[in-house]
Amino acid sequence: MNAMTLCYALLIGLALPLGLYMGRALDTDRSTVMDRLFGPVESVLMRLAGVDRQASMTWSAYLLAVLKLHLLLIGLAWLIFMGQGLLPLNPDGIPGMSWDTALHTAVSFATNTNQQHYSGQAQLSYLSQTFAIVTLQFVTPATGLAVLLAISRTLLRRQTTSTTVSTSTPAGRGVGHDSVGHCSVGHYYVDLTRIVVRVLLPLSLIVALLLVWQGVPATYHGAQSVTMLDGGTAQVIPRGPVAPMVAIKQLGTNGGGWYGPNSTMPLENPTGLSNLIETISLLLIPVASLIAVGVISGRRRLMIGIGAVMIAFSLITTSLIVVSERLPNAALSGLVVDGSPNLEGKEVRFGSDLSALWGSWTTQTSNGSVNAMHDSFNPLGGLGLLMDMFVNVTFGGIGVGLIGYLLYLMLAAFIGSLMIGRAPELFGKPLETREMRWISLAILAQPLIILGLTAATVTFPALTGNSNPGFHGLSQVLYEYTSAFANNGSGFEGLGDATPWWNLTCVLALGVGRFLPMLVPLAVAGWLAEKRTAPQGRGTLSLESGAFVGLTAGVIVIVNLLGFLPALVLGPIAEQLTLP
Amino acid sequence: MTTRQSREASPGLRIQPLMLLGESLRRLNPRSLARNPVMAVVAIGTLVCALYTGMAIDAGRAQAVFASIVTLILLATVLFANAAEAMAEARGKAHAGSLRATRGELTARRVTQSGEETVAADRLRRGDRVRVVAGELIPADGEIVQGAGSINESAMTGESAPVLREAGTDNSGVSAGTKLLSDELIVEVSVDPGESLLDRMIALVEGASRQKTPSELALSVLLSTLTLVFLIVVVTLVPMALFVGIETSTVMLVALLVCLIPTTIGGLLPAIGIAGMERAMRANLIAKSGKAVEIAGSIDTLLLDKTGTITLGDRRATEFAPCHGIDLVRLREVAGLCSLQDPTPEGRSIVVLANEQGATLAAPQDAEVVPFSAMSRVSGLDFADGRRWRKGAPNAIARQVEEAGGRVPADFETLVERISRHGATPLAVAEGNVLLGVIALSDVIKSGIAERFQQLREMGVKTVMITGDNPITAAAIAAEAGVDDYIAEATPERKLELIREEQAAGRLVAMMGDGTNDAPALAQADLGLAMNSGTQAAREAANMVDLDSDPGKLLEAVEIGKQLLITRGALTTFSLANDVAKYFAILPAIFAASVPALGALDVLDLHSPESAVLSAVIFNALVIPALIPFALRGVRFRAAAASAMLRRNLLIYGLGGLLLPFPAIKLIDLFVGLFF
Repeated sequence: MNAMTLCYALLIGLALPLGLYMGRALDTDRSTVMDRLFGPVESVLMRLAGVDRQASMTWSAYLLAVLKLHLLLIGLAWLIFMGQGLLPLNPDGIPGMSWDTALHTAVSFATNTNQQHYSGQAQLSYLSQTFAIVTLQFVTPATGLAVLLAISRTLLRRQTTSTTVSTSTPAGRGVGHDSVGHCSVGHYYVDLTRIVVRVLLPLSLIVALLLVWQGVPATYHGAQSVTMLDGGTAQVIPRGPVAPMVAIKQLGTNGGGWYGPNSTMPLENPTGLSNLIETISLLLIPVASLIAVGVISGRRRLMIGIGAVMIAFSLITTSLIVVSERLPNAALSGLVVDGSPNLEGKEVRFGSDLSALWGSWTTQTSNGSVNAMHDSFNPLGGLGLLMDMFVNVTFGGIGVGLIGYLLYLMLAAFIGSLMIGRAPELFGKPLETREMRWISLAILAQPLIILGLTAATVTFPALTGNSNPGFHGLSQVLYEYTSAFANNGSGFEGLGDATPWWNLTCVLALGVGRFLPMLVPLAVAGWLAEKRTAPQGRGTLSLESGAFVGLTAGVIVIVNLLGFLPALVLGPIAEQLTLP
Repeated sequence: MTTRQSREASPGLRIQPLMLLGESLRRLNPRSLARNPVMAVVAIGTLVCALYTGMAIDAGRAQAVFASIVTLILLATVLFANAAEAMAEARGKAHAGSLRATRGELTARRVTQSGEETVAADRLRRGDRVRVVAGELIPADGEIVQGAGSINESAMTGESAPVLREAGTDNSGVSAGTKLLSDELIVEVSVDPGESLLDRMIALVEGASRQKTPSELALSVLLSTLTLVFLIVVVTLVPMALFVGIETSTVMLVALLVCLIPTTIGGLLPAIGIAGMERAMRANLIAKSGKAVEIAGSIDTLLLDKTGTITLGDRRATEFAPCHGIDLVRLREVAGLCSLQDPTPEGRSIVVLANEQGATLAAPQDAEVVPFSAMSRVSGLDFADGRRWRKGAPNAIARQVEEAGGRVPADFETLVERISRHGATPLAVAEGNVLLGVIALSDVIKSGIAERFQQLREMGVKTVMITGDNPITAAAIAAEAGVDDYIAEATPERKLELIREEQAAGRLVAMMGDGTNDAPALAQADLGLAMNSGTQAAREAANMVDLDSDPGKLLEAVEIGKQLLITRGALTTFSLANDVAKYFAILPAIFAASVPALGALDVLDLHSPESAVLSAVIFNALVIPALIPFALRGVRFRAAAASAMLRRNLLIYGLGGLLLPFPAIKLIDLFVGLFF
């Protein structure tokens, strides 16, 4: 328990200054000393990309820019994965991927999911890993944060007393209205570049260096052949620029590791210290984003309320998982080790607590990297992991976690407004049928995709390639689609998942799960920005009040509980209750 | 008032059980079910269960009894929801119908170029002119273009005191069905057949043709989505259960689905909307659309006319203030005697005050009354012996005193100013060339109005008083009544400007008006409430009409609107919170036969799977009729700050909705368990 407390304390202690830094460095409406530091680099990048920094985008232009860039990146990555056998930087002569696995891999990384239906070190060349994978590992968390910034500027920023917003700030990038009256939400490429240059790259550099110090490889040399102690066979040990990739994998809620076994592998996570660094890195930016948005939007108390709900959710599922993994594994009952914690599928060097903590945090944040096998968690531990991913806003993926929370907040504001006798409104702006239709669609998509695909898959068991029948088998399928939709990427594994069925259905879950919950709030923010704003008063809904924070938490629990309880009952809960 | 009370008790408002059953059954037709997706799903579920029952009976299976009971309960669920809507509609229609009945088969004398012709009232068109003579009913809504008369509007308002309506004034509007008591009028008809206020009112409470209000539409979207979510949950449960080797019972799955989808709010939603309209109607507020009632709840700023809303409307004498060296008794006597022949309420109030203070006033025999004229602005008595007593506007009296060779006392100006500053109107009194003093005529603030404004402030509604008074008087009254702001010397243009300012700041504004020059402001306001006595232009520009022509009605409109929205929100929350308990009743029942270990989830320890499912669906069905009174009356509304209201409603409907079904289902199970 001490290790857990230490991790939470360290996390908050580090996220606080980082969040304050991000709030200043990413605010396009204020010029800071960071502009002089990073400005030249950004200028060069912008000019290379041909981006007009002075321009600003409406919400729809922003949304289209996000989609266009991602389609392009998916296309490029797909081609690289299929053609890597013919391309350079492939010292180990790894062949190209099949079209469907390549597509799944491209979409999976372009959605910040990093669900892997292949084994990293064996099936990807250095070119694929460093250019296709790592590029996406930087672009996708930056995109999540960029969309969050756009929403913060539009929806969250406190209105000044004057209702007519000046056309634009001197820099031309602030919130303003163009001649048609459409509200500008910022500039996607400016945001993207700032986030990568000012936050992701410096942080990754620090973490990568720390990991190299701890012994994680960083080289472009090919695999090393080692003669084993028994002197007989030579063993090939794959390596490469591992440390830099692991850094962004952990920091960017990515999760896709260099090696197939991810951070259970000693070369990816060699020491106790490296495990601590990687664990903290899971949650660092998601927590800091909350603080950054508080700084940028000026809505500190709102962010404190949201943070309180997230921490409460985090503590609840983390405790459930930690306690569950301290229980013995039922499969070993009657053996000598009976009574020890569940260590199946775990690194003995980390033990059950640190594995459970990582498992909990990695599912809360949509990261999905692992330092233990989730498939081997006790059923209640698995239940905790699934619950984390259903909720998916316990800090959540970078940017998208808070955006997802806003989606629930909109729903709660709708009900809360009615309960105080006002026509539904959010931040004083009317929530009407158009907004509710899209919010509802984003909420509906989750059970539709996860339960629909799970049901379709288990209807034809020949497709599933399950290693387990029964309750655990159902959990495996459910986990796979949940992980895809939540853009988590961790796996229960035990599935023969490199088939066209799995690849294509997961592509559907990945795409919908990423873009719908991320872009609907952006659209809603855009629509609301063009409406009247009722001033906050005694008669209006206060989103900072304890009652409303509780209502939002209740909405999150009820929506997820009601949607997924039957599936959970048939999966992990039945498995737990039927344990011998 | 007596007529209003008797109407509420009239048999038309009592709901006949048989008629209700008939209406509920009639609404089972697919067209009317399709209007409500939530209940449509229940109806389809009922059909599925009925089919299954048929098949089970055919196969002679034991399941048949259980399946048929579930079918019946589901059918009852739909019927309960239909009954709720039918009841709300019947109440509304009875109300409107009793108004319409008074109109009966009216005929009208239509004025044509060649003379007059008698036509049926329902054939009158906009622009027609009709002649109405004393004792006749007004055949259609319209505006008096010629003549004046007193009208009994009790058919519309329930108020039997006659009101004066006159052409060319702000009180020129008349409504169909009201009775002309005196004189003769020419009325220009302002509506085409089927468009009268009454017709619009009836359309608002008629389920089939009713337009959903904006927030009702948005809520329907949410409810449909939740229904879809649960449809997905239940449908996907079948293959998942099969995969782990559990055969699921179709009847139980349908029961689960019906219990999960928001039937409580879904079933009551139309009734809540209709009942909201009906409550407005009961307050004699006729909304032209449901949206107007709904928006009233969100009003941020109320523009209130001082007269009639904040003050009683006529000024009353409250003080005799003699000038230095003048005896109070003398002032009182002169003022009182001058007013004895004054028929205005103000004049009478002076006599009343003098009498209260102990004066004995006997009408002078040898005096001639000088009536008030707008030119001289004074009135009084001329005695045979040449004495001239005058009361009137201070500067007019002062001028007369000086002309008569008198002197205006030094403290006169001070007295006048002091009285003005306190919101009263000063009236000077002189005897010959001696200025005696000043009478203070005060606006009497309605009792309880300050508390009402306090409540509004508590709810976050800003009140702005509009008055034609000068700023000093306005400020004094505003302070005493406790309004947040005031506009003195207000013109219609200033009102319009103020509404635009408030709206630009994002606020929703409500105002009341009656004059033609109020029309632009009434149209601009988010809630424009016209007095029924007002001009046609005002009534057309407004989106709500008050039959009582009572300016205080704005406050009631706000409360009715809020109550309507809270009822929807509260029942939605309640409905969703209920689901948790129903899950814990039904899920173990569905799976327990195949996987006994899942019985551990049966926290209520229900008697058997069948009894558990039946208890849940029975609870689900019974909750609808149990909440019909809530839907029709609206949830209890107490003015409070938003955060306090949210906290209280969350506790009652959220937490209450979460906990209540557990004991309720357990109780039902104790009974059902006797049979299953």
